Amino acid sequence: MSPSPADEIIIIRPSRGWLDLNLREVWRYRELVYFLTWRDIKVRYKQTFLGAAWAILQPFLTMVVFTLFFGRLAHIPSDNVPYPIFSYAALLPWQLFSKALNDAGRSLVANRNMLTKVYFPRLVIPLASLLGGVVDFGIAFLVLLAMMAYYGIAPTARVWALVPFLLLALITALGVGLWLSALNVLYRDVGYTLPFLTQAWMFITPIAYSSTLVPPKWRLLYALNPMAGVVNGFRWALLGTPTGPDASLAVSTAVAFLLLVSGLYFFRRMERQFADRV
Amino acid sequence: MYALRVHDLGKRYHLGRQMDAYATLRDALAQAATSLFRRRAAARPREDILWALRHVSFDVPQGKVLGIIGRNGAGKSTLLKILSRVTEPTEGYAEIRGRVGSLLEVGTGFHPELTGRENIYLNGAILGMRREEIEHKFDEIVAFSEIGRFLDTPVKRYSSGMYVRLAFAVAAHLEPEILVVDEVLAVGDAAFQKKCLGRMSDVAQGGRTVLFVSHNMSAILNLTEETIVLDKGRIVFHGPTPEAVDHYLATAVHGAGERTWQPEEIPASAYPFQPLTLRVKDARGRVTDTVRSTEPVTVEVAYRLHQPVQGLRVGIYLLSMRGEYVFASFDTDDAEHYQRWATRPAGRYVSRCVIPADLLNGGRYLLSVNASAYRVKRYFQEDNAVAFHVDATGAPGSHWPEKRVGLIRPRLTWAIEPQETEAAP
Repeated sequence: MSPSPADEIIIIRPSRGWLDLNLREVWRYRELVYFLTWRDIKVRYKQTFLGAAWAILQPFLTMVVFTLFFGRLAHIPSDNVPYPIFSYAALLPWQLFSKALNDAGRSLVANRNMLTKVYFPRLVIPLASLLGGVVDFGIAFLVLLAMMAYYGIAPTARVWALVPFLLLALITALGVGLWLSALNVLYRDVGYTLPFLTQAWMFITPIAYSSTLVPPKWRLLYALNPMAGVVNGFRWALLGTPTGPDASLAVSTAVAFLLLVSGLYFFRRMERQFADRV
Repeated sequence: MYALRVHDLGKRYHLGRQMDAYATLRDALAQAATSLFRRRAAARPREDILWALRHVSFDVPQGKVLGIIGRNGAGKSTLLKILSRVTEPTEGYAEIRGRVGSLLEVGTGFHPELTGRENIYLNGAILGMRREEIEHKFDEIVAFSEIGRFLDTPVKRYSSGMYVRLAFAVAAHLEPEILVVDEVLAVGDAAFQKKCLGRMSDVAQGGRTVLFVSHNMSAILNLTEETIVLDKGRIVFHGPTPEAVDHYLATAVHGAGERTWQPEEIPASAYPFQPLTLRVKDARGRVTDTVRSTEPVTVEVAYRLHQPVQGLRVGIYLLSMRGEYVFASFDTDDAEHYQRWATRPAGRYVSRCVIPADLLNGGRYLLSVNASAYRVKRYFQEDNAVAFHVDATGAPGSHWPEKRVGLIRPRLTWAIEPQETEAAP
């Protein structure tokens, strides 16, 4: 039955100050995370004509545009890798991140009728919207493998490193997503900020260009954007570009965790107002 | 042993803050800036504060069914929301032994694009059921909902009745120690309502604790032994259900044969329908709370439409004190009216009907008002909006000073036909 044990005594009282994160409760509700993720994916594929093809088309078409304008016209250097695959390898984690960020940011408002009717740990909602993007990522990743075969690029032996970099992207997206989703309940401005934020963020992330273009003395500052670390890592692990782990990655990772922890606490702090204000 | 203990529970809303729920960041920044310079500048005037619930304390022993009644806005929903942990109290505490399942609104999280089968799993998970539990009860849920072969059809193609039945079926198969129920019985057709009531009493007899909120006095009387009456956020009565019902009907319902709605009382969902007044008038056209059963009674609903509305019907439900329906009637019941007013233009209206003389028995009656478009939208409904008294003086048979049974007391034409008389001596 309900994920809490039968003879448990629940005390309901006003909460004060900073709460503990109560992640155990989220773990108890893991099946709900699964069902909500499943709902989002299923509904998306049912409602769209092209269904799952969108997961491929979006990064693929962006890659084509980037290749035409940045690769062919502007001749942006691509670390000696064919430009299409250079940009696609970066677009993969980027699309995951920007989708997760946008979905998570809007998730609480989109699920307001659940918030005002039923109890469950609120963290479940942004978490589920984050995971919806991972499926798309998986589909789009198959295209990358096909492209690498076409260009005759064998993955490096470091391919396993994709997993931690993927996690880093998810941690960043969740951290920022938690901040934005909670703020969006209180101030609907956030909804309008999201497209702009995503666009600006894309330019400070080395997607169309290589981070080797950034002067060395600015690299640490540049690494304050965790997505820079993610994209560098992806290219390094897949294509062997000279953007392997260094001090910048440590900075990126630290910022990502800082965002996640602060996001979790901020979210919990605001949680008690959600039902009344959403 | 107590299943639920509530001590001095209170919930405060800042009206100002609630109204600008879509507050902008600009306002927040501006306020932060001013409070930097003026300490305590943010202190709000007292009238901005509304205690939706205050000083509420009660205990419910395990296995009992507690009824909760009160007018709209008395704090019933706030209480249930706190107990089902949707929102937090501002003060006080509640102690709950066991798991709480709430039927605050059935069908939460239902997605129109998903099939009945898929929605059962999704909704079950949202209500806190484990996957194996849903699988275990799946057939029972489907049977209860009577959706049969539509199981694999997206619920957007369901009729509203099927939708509600499915939603209730999932919720009814939750098996929490404490079940919180709010007005679910207002859904579905009569047969299904009966089934739901049956299910509720099964739950109660199975040793579970139930909190039951309803405007339906006969359901409250049937299902509960003990009831609390809430008014303006406080408990005004707590005791045996029949007394609680009498207390509620005597105090909480508007007397004087008139109900006037202030704009702030009307839920936003009523738009573009704005109720103005509901009046009971006697044969001389005076607004009154006592009418004679031998004279016709006029009932008037005044309202404003802010936009043209298609298929609108405005009507009344007449109920006895115990919540039994005497009748329901709508202003477009008449086929000609129905066509003439297929679209009702914006403007001010009065819908008026006459309850004929010699129909009602003596006693107190309640009027509920409803404005809806059939199968499209219920714009406005207020249960028990007005109470009025019918005086049976002069009614058929009133030369016998006995109380006549029944809700109606029609003047029937009797014929007494002598078949065989003995001649007077």
